[in-house]
Amino acid sequence: MSARVEGYGRLIDRSKRVSFSFNGKRLRGYAGDTLASALLGAGQVMLGRSFKYHRPRGLVASGAEEPNALVGLGEGGRFEPDQRATTTELFDGLAAISQNHWPSLAFDVGEVNNYLARFLPAGFYYKTFMAPRGAWAKIFEPFVRQSAGLGRVPMEPDADAYEYLYAHYDVVVVGGGVAGLQAARAAAATGVSVLVMEDAAHWGGRAPVDGGEIDGMAPGDWVKAALDALEAADNVTLRLRMQGTGVYDHGYHLGYERVADHSPGDGRPRHRLWRIRAGRIVTATGALERPLAFSGNDVPGVMLASAMRDYLVNWGVAAGRRIVVVTNNDDAYRTALAMKAAGRVVAAVLDAREVVTSPLAQAARDAGIAVMEGRAIAEVRGRARVKSVLVTTQAGAGKAGEEIRCDAVAMSGGWSPVVHLWSHCGGKLTWDEAAAMFRPDPDRAPTGADGAPFVLTAGAASGALALDACLADAHAAGKAAGKGAGGKASRKAGPKAVCEAEAPIAPVWIMPEGAGPEKRMKMWLDFQNDVKVSDVQLAAREGYESVEHTKRYTTLGMATDQGKLSNINGLAVLSQALQQEIPATGTTTFRPPYTPISMGAIAGEARGELFQPLRRTPLHDWHDAHGADWEPVGHWRRPYTYLRAGESREQAVQREVVNTRENVGMLDASTLGKIVVKGPDAGRFLDMMYTNMMSTLPVGKCRYGLMCSENGFLIDDGVVARLDDDTWLCHTTTGGADRIHAHMEEWLQTEWWDWKVYTANLTEQYAQIGVVGPKARQVLEALGGMDVSKEALPFMHWAEGELGGLPVRVFRISFSGELSYEIAVPASRGQALWDALMEAGKPHGVMPYGTEALHVLRAEKGFIMIGDETDGTVIPQDLGLTWAISKKKDDYIGKRAQARPHMADPERWKLVGLETTDGSVIPDGAYIVAEGVNANGQRNMQGRVTSSYHSPTLKRGIAMGLVLHGPDRMGEEVTIPRIDGSEIKARIVETCFYDKEGAKQDV
Amino acid sequence: MRRYSAFAIAREALRYHQGWERAWASPAPKKRYDAIVVGAGGHGLATAFYLGRNHGITNVAVIEKGWLGGGNTGRNTTIIRSNYLQDPSAAIYEKARSLYETMSQDLNMNVMFSPRGVIMLAQTEHEKRGYLRTAHANAAQGVDTEFIGPEKVKQLVPIINIDGPRYPVLGGLWQARAGTARHDAVAWGYARACSAMGMDIIQNCAVTGIETEGGKVKAVNTSKGRIETGKLALVVAGHSSELAEMAGFRLPIESVSLQALVSEPVKPCMDVVVMANTVHGYMSQSDKGEMVIGGGTDGFNNYTQRGSFHHIEETVRALVETFPMISRLKMLRQWGGIVDMTGDRSPILSKTPVGGIYVNCGWGTGGFKAIPGSGWAMAELVAKDAPGPLAAAFGLERFREGRFIDESVAAGVAH
Ligand SMILES: Cc1cc2nc3c(=O)[nH]c(=O)nc-3n(C[C@H](O)[C@H](O)[C@H](O)COP(=O)(O)OP(=O)(O)OC[C@H]3O[C@@H](n4cnc5c(N)ncnc54)[C@H](O)[C@@H]3O)c2cc1C
Repeated sequence: MSARVEGYGRLIDRSKRVSFSFNGKRLRGYAGDTLASALLGAGQVMLGRSFKYHRPRGLVASGAEEPNALVGLGEGGRFEPDQRATTTELFDGLAAISQNHWPSLAFDVGEVNNYLARFLPAGFYYKTFMAPRGAWAKIFEPFVRQSAGLGRVPMEPDADAYEYLYAHYDVVVVGGGVAGLQAARAAAATGVSVLVMEDAAHWGGRAPVDGGEIDGMAPGDWVKAALDALEAADNVTLRLRMQGTGVYDHGYHLGYERVADHSPGDGRPRHRLWRIRAGRIVTATGALERPLAFSGNDVPGVMLASAMRDYLVNWGVAAGRRIVVVTNNDDAYRTALAMKAAGRVVAAVLDAREVVTSPLAQAARDAGIAVMEGRAIAEVRGRARVKSVLVTTQAGAGKAGEEIRCDAVAMSGGWSPVVHLWSHCGGKLTWDEAAAMFRPDPDRAPTGADGAPFVLTAGAASGALALDACLADAHAAGKAAGKGAGGKASRKAGPKAVCEAEAPIAPVWIMPEGAGPEKRMKMWLDFQNDVKVSDVQLAAREGYESVEHTKRYTTLGMATDQGKLSNINGLAVLSQALQQEIPATGTTTFRPPYTPISMGAIAGEARGELFQPLRRTPLHDWHDAHGADWEPVGHWRRPYTYLRAGESREQAVQREVVNTRENVGMLDASTLGKIVVKGPDAGRFLDMMYTNMMSTLPVGKCRYGLMCSENGFLIDDGVVARLDDDTWLCHTTTGGADRIHAHMEEWLQTEWWDWKVYTANLTEQYAQIGVVGPKARQVLEALGGMDVSKEALPFMHWAEGELGGLPVRVFRISFSGELSYEIAVPASRGQALWDALMEAGKPHGVMPYGTEALHVLRAEKGFIMIGDETDGTVIPQDLGLTWAISKKKDDYIGKRAQARPHMADPERWKLVGLETTDGSVIPDGAYIVAEGVNANGQRNMQGRVTSSYHSPTLKRGIAMGLVLHGPDRMGEEVTIPRIDGSEIKARIVETCFYDKEGAKQDV
Repeated sequence: MRRYSAFAIAREALRYHQGWERAWASPAPKKRYDAIVVGAGGHGLATAFYLGRNHGITNVAVIEKGWLGGGNTGRNTTIIRSNYLQDPSAAIYEKARSLYETMSQDLNMNVMFSPRGVIMLAQTEHEKRGYLRTAHANAAQGVDTEFIGPEKVKQLVPIINIDGPRYPVLGGLWQARAGTARHDAVAWGYARACSAMGMDIIQNCAVTGIETEGGKVKAVNTSKGRIETGKLALVVAGHSSELAEMAGFRLPIESVSLQALVSEPVKPCMDVVVMANTVHGYMSQSDKGEMVIGGGTDGFNNYTQRGSFHHIEETVRALVETFPMISRLKMLRQWGGIVDMTGDRSPILSKTPVGGIYVNCGWGTGGFKAIPGSGWAMAELVAKDAPGPLAAAFGLERFREGRFIDESVAAGVAH
């Protein structure tokens, strides 16, 4: 049954039919419809079920504040739950389903909750489901979970793409109603750059629906003219379908642009999240009408008066044939008049005010509408649709009088400015007694770094509801914003508007005033979450007196509409219950986002391969083409091993280790950090950074260095080479490069800012290749070029020269115990060097090896690994590295900390080697236990395993660990339990398992 | 205190719920109390509760500058687990976890403890070794945990993406008895039980000064007047440094914002809690159906209870990668809390340089789970003027001695 009205519908194009489906039923609407207007137009009044009691629900509102009309939208990879029908533009093929019911919208088993409602007041679940113990989790919780939750879960991968955009504007205007457009004009006139965003798909906001006159024009015409002017200005950007979502410190502003929600799959990103830095933000976000709390105010067919008017004027849909209007203010008369003019029956206007003599009321009377003063609704009758209302006096307890048949009710409880964006970053509100609203307090605005307010409000968002006041306020706000953002003063006058004078609102929070408990249990405040007047009063009675307590106890305002319709009414009811003024109760905190925004938009394009930046060494592709089994290491990927056909990971690692020990292996060491430290004070600086003495390192030599934190803990290690008199090159671990560079800079910038030192992180500027193994020298010699003999380039020295025609810096350092060269070339020559080495190494059996072989090689040699032997609690002294701590220096970072009692405690666990008695491999992360338990009943420990591998060289399990008095207990057997409780025996041995004399690396 | 039960609800329903009594009284402060707890967060209230329950000290006031439970106790993502690495941590968190199991019965308030299990994902070899280590430590500490493989992870969490191209899931540390609870109910339940023992919970009352005499506490000054006491427990989380300053000593605490967010509610799709520390985010589903999401802290100190959007981005990105289906859910609400961070990321339960003053703070990003254990240990410290075994390792002197209890060793995100 169509509810369309000929001659109405300024936003729809009746020549363009659009077909869509609701719960599988095919329906039709028009281009320009929202899903809500199309459904209502097609006669669909009941659209969903409420959260707790599963009550039938229909539309209450026409915009972002809608609590009821949530649907599941789309299919497959484009399905999305909890979409508001009121802000969903209709498109051809749109498929929507209603939510939160089983088996169907019309018949829902969950509706039993409605009949049990009396036993399910606010917070009932805190008082029951406690016995027997454990029953909550096993029996009650699964049941509660199943009946809660709204929409269905999207299961398929998202078919859409999302993107970020970064922008800077002097002034951002949020809201494209008449106030926003005027504020934008005024701001633009000061010469600054202006962005105007409007959430909806059309400009103009409420004014074209509400009437009045601006500069002698109908508001709709004025909007067109204003837009023409703004479009012509080259300092103004206009954006529809974009919501001002959140305001953060320092003028950071989020704009949520729904680019392709109305044209899914058209190839554009679905959403675009704008991250804007704004000089000034003007929120021209309008005001929202408040419902009235009367018994049965949630029955489908009861809606906000302004929404009913919107559906008629904007989309040509009449929400009912015979309506009753109920109000405490003048604005609702506009709805009565509009519906009457559209040929609908307005059975009565029930006005809670005792005497009403305003021009709007008079106009209604003149139109033949019955205006009943001092009246209220005693009860709405109907289940899935309004059937009638019972009238009573507002002053009484609700004794039902006359029954008026009707199929829709338009309600208005007054208006509240949309203050969310104002409040996000600390803007404060003030209670306006006369207008019965919280409005922004301009004296307590969010301030920026300069101490000046950076958020301003314009129009209805300031509380200026009447058209003339609204435009004047908007003009002033725009001017002030432009000026505040650095614009020139503008003397342009604002537009002149006229509108009907309105009689004052009567604050009415409960209807009728003296309603008893039974009625109050049927007065909805929060429609979606099923919070009623009685619930808020119960919270107050039980001592949940703070608004935050009430909110949490009752869930008032915690639904997907975030209390846009319920918060003010709820806290007014709470104030009454506590017998205090509304401002004493205060509001809950407004937090971003204004309406829910998609996670997809927040994540942007960062997913899958693009999830994080991938750092690639110059040899990355070669590795990939040669069987690299990748391992993520920070943002890098490193080959864990190179798999050959038919090989397991373990076999590949063994092969690589053995080949490196017997022939020659090659390692891509490019990810190791390379930080150049240069300047007259560089030596002195490095003496502070490292435990070792670096200032005395001769040019041409390398030294293994340790770095500690202020707390004395070992944080990184690596080889330092002195390049020339005032230049050192510091190698760090792969994971440490950025961290250590930042650490150096922090000390330089905060403590030693007067030292003449520069640091530069050159990690990515070089490719570095380790050539490791007894045949390494032969490979280098085969390349031809510089002298790499023991004499010309001894162990722990470096030299510059040419190899195979490439400019190289060669370090004779070893992390494996073998003869080893690390060769650095400019990154662009990395592949050439690698290829040349591979070619030259062929006759010698060269093979690349990965990170795991690297680990095994170093463990066989007893070298520590940052992150294995260290974990942020280990000091160099624990690791037997006292030899690397210079005794000649006064100070280094961590020195003082290492003198603290616990650091110098002989009971600290010390590093030793561990050898299983049966040759097996100790599980990673195992602990060494001692006798007995501690005061907390935990098994006593005396050490832990830090690294454990199968050694292909020794053909047995080897490990290192930190053990109580370890170095003094050589040969002793200790017990290591597995997780399953079984035990391993191991002997304490020295950490070095291979070539203890170090002969092999120094040939 | 009239008991809560299904029967009580039925009885009240017949009279339109007009007969429910206040959950806790709202008295004016007395002149003097045997002990005062400052801060009616979970830790403060639990301290008071166990002062009464375990030590018979009931002439106690809990003083709260705002509304009780309104600090981090009412802002957190309620993950409860005890799979900590270091012995002292495992002891106190495991004590707390076991007390959560009976809390609803102990307090006669359904705190909805839901031992649904927590998985901490291993997504690098290094992280895997770290969790294997925790699993070994836990075995010796009497904490039930298990390292599970990727297939088991997928089986427990069907919506997870275990083979993402960047950080495939290599397994996870699984604690089946870990879970979540209803944060507000924990605070309210303790408040109600304390009130029933005759303690005074005084809300909207800020402590503005601390009076000492001869190195001992004498009284506190508050916005509702001066109140004398011989024992003063400061349990104010992010504001601990301010209170310590009033008493004339300093604390090694930094206050930073930690944020969280929830999606719109959807039908049940995830039965366990998943923490992904390499990518930095974690998620669970509340009983209401919202996906509850959190991540890391802001990199700068502040007291605003707001955070920067950059962290929300980072967290959501991590979770969209881990649970691709949430891409089509919407963020409903985001918020922040000021967390009190110590240098070693472990709490402080300690005597102080002032006689009769005790601090309980430093729970940082992960103290909700500790509330009952912390209250238990703190009450013992306050009652006996000496720490028991649960609190012994968490004294302030550890910072001077370098005896840190570093938990960041095991996990990047510690909730
Ligand atoms: C976003 C977020 C997520 C988190 N997620 C988890 C999680 O999943 N699991 C977990 O275990 N932990 C989590 N935490 C941490 C946890 O919330 C806290 O560690 C814990 O709640 C701290 O409790 P509390 O009682 O110490 O502090 P609070 O609850 O903050 O209580 C301190 C109280 O002291 C009051 N106070 C302050 N100054 C004064 C004064 N001068 N006078 C009187 N009163 C004062 C405050 O108003 C406040 O109520 C999270 C925290 C945040 C912010």
